[in-house]
Amino acid sequence: MCRTCVAIAGADYCVIAADTRMSTGYSILTRDYSKIIQLADKSVMASSGFQADVRALQKVLAARHLIYQHQHNKQMSCPAMAQLLSNTLYYKRFFPYYAFNVLGGLDSEGKGCVFTYDAVGSYERVGYSAQGSGSTLITPFLDNQLKSPSPLLLPAKDAVTPLSESEAIDLVKTCFASATERDIYTGDKLEILVLNASGIRREYMELRKD
Amino acid sequence: MPGLMLASAAGSDSQRTLYPYVTGTSVVGIKYKDGILLAADMGGSYGSTLRYKTVERMKPVGKHSIIGASGELSDFQEIMRYLDELILNDNMWDDGNSLGPKEVLNYLTRVMYNRRNKFNPLWNSLVLGGIKNGQKYLGTVSMIGVHYEDNHVATGFGNHLARPILRDEWHEDMTFEEGVKLLEKCMRVLLYRDRSAVNKLQIAKITEEGVTISQPYS
Repeated sequence: MCRTCVAIAGADYCVIAADTRMSTGYSILTRDYSKIIQLADKSVMASSGFQADVRALQKVLAARHLIYQHQHNKQMSCPAMAQLLSNTLYYKRFFPYYAFNVLGGLDSEGKGCVFTYDAVGSYERVGYSAQGSGSTLITPFLDNQLKSPSPLLLPAKDAVTPLSESEAIDLVKTCFASATERDIYTGDKLEILVLNASGIRREYMELRKD
Repeated sequence: MPGLMLASAAGSDSQRTLYPYVTGTSVVGIKYKDGILLAADMGGSYGSTLRYKTVERMKPVGKHSIIGASGELSDFQEIMRYLDELILNDNMWDDGNSLGPKEVLNYLTRVMYNRRNKFNPLWNSLVLGGIKNGQKYLGTVSMIGVHYEDNHVATGFGNHLARPILRDEWHEDMTFEEGVKLLEKCMRVLLYRDRSAVNKLQIAKITEEGVTISQPYS
């Protein structure tokens, strides 16, 4: 099941990317499976881990968002969705959703935000994050390239990168191209979602298929 | 009283599927020009014995879909009971709409996932194919609730032996004859290399006009 997802937050945009391979053991089940879901008009979630749990989690969040819209007559903001995801995950603390998530979007000021989670709901707002099987390969690279929004810096600085949108997309493409070389679970195709003030854009890039 | 409590605890354990007994082997499915083609052999193995040699592992579901199952055959029969009830309720609405393959597979995915969460899985890997309003759909769900759709799917050994052949030789808009030839090639390889395969298979075809399941042949 495991695959890889990455998200990077910018001053007025957010880039979320995940590969489209689904595998089990040493077999590839399908090369074209999307793990990214748009939960609200400014929140996008990418998850890696056990596909059935990911799907169930996506459905729960989508349903809760629909209820919120009915009750409050507006879309959920990204920080609100972040809290909802955390609570949903912790609700199953003793039979967890085996899902490793990154939530990306624009906060209420229009700045990019990325929230990173573990399987039981502990989360943090960061400037960039990677989850899944390729995360061990991608995270050190991002730490090196994106010193400013790094969660390793103290005191904690502004959690957005100084990169432009196209630079961030190029960086994500480089990350995945490298991760594909060494991680057997990553490859086939890369799906990139870019969220900015004018809406959402999808891009695809071919990756190595071995 | 302790004696009574012990009995009920043992009772709850014997209600769960622990391991499969009578199993079917792989199912292979492909999309082709007019719809979907599924192939499955007719064997039901009891461990290493080939106990049943005329088991229909593919059945039509409603007007638009066909299901093929591998794994525990008694669980497949129970799934067919669930699906019969689902289709019946759908027909009772009498609203001119009928469940398409995507909807049926979604229902099955939820059933499989929820059974897995209760540690009492339906020990099957299911292939569901169909065509509704010109839209072809071919997907699969496993016993733990993992599902996906693709242009060609297989269960069990089929994933290891048939999928590579299909990746190489499948292309868009195959004709019926090409599709059958490709499926027969996959089934031949499975017969050579899968211990539980038998030399008696059925090919099922579903198009806008309906479902046809062939007579068994070898």
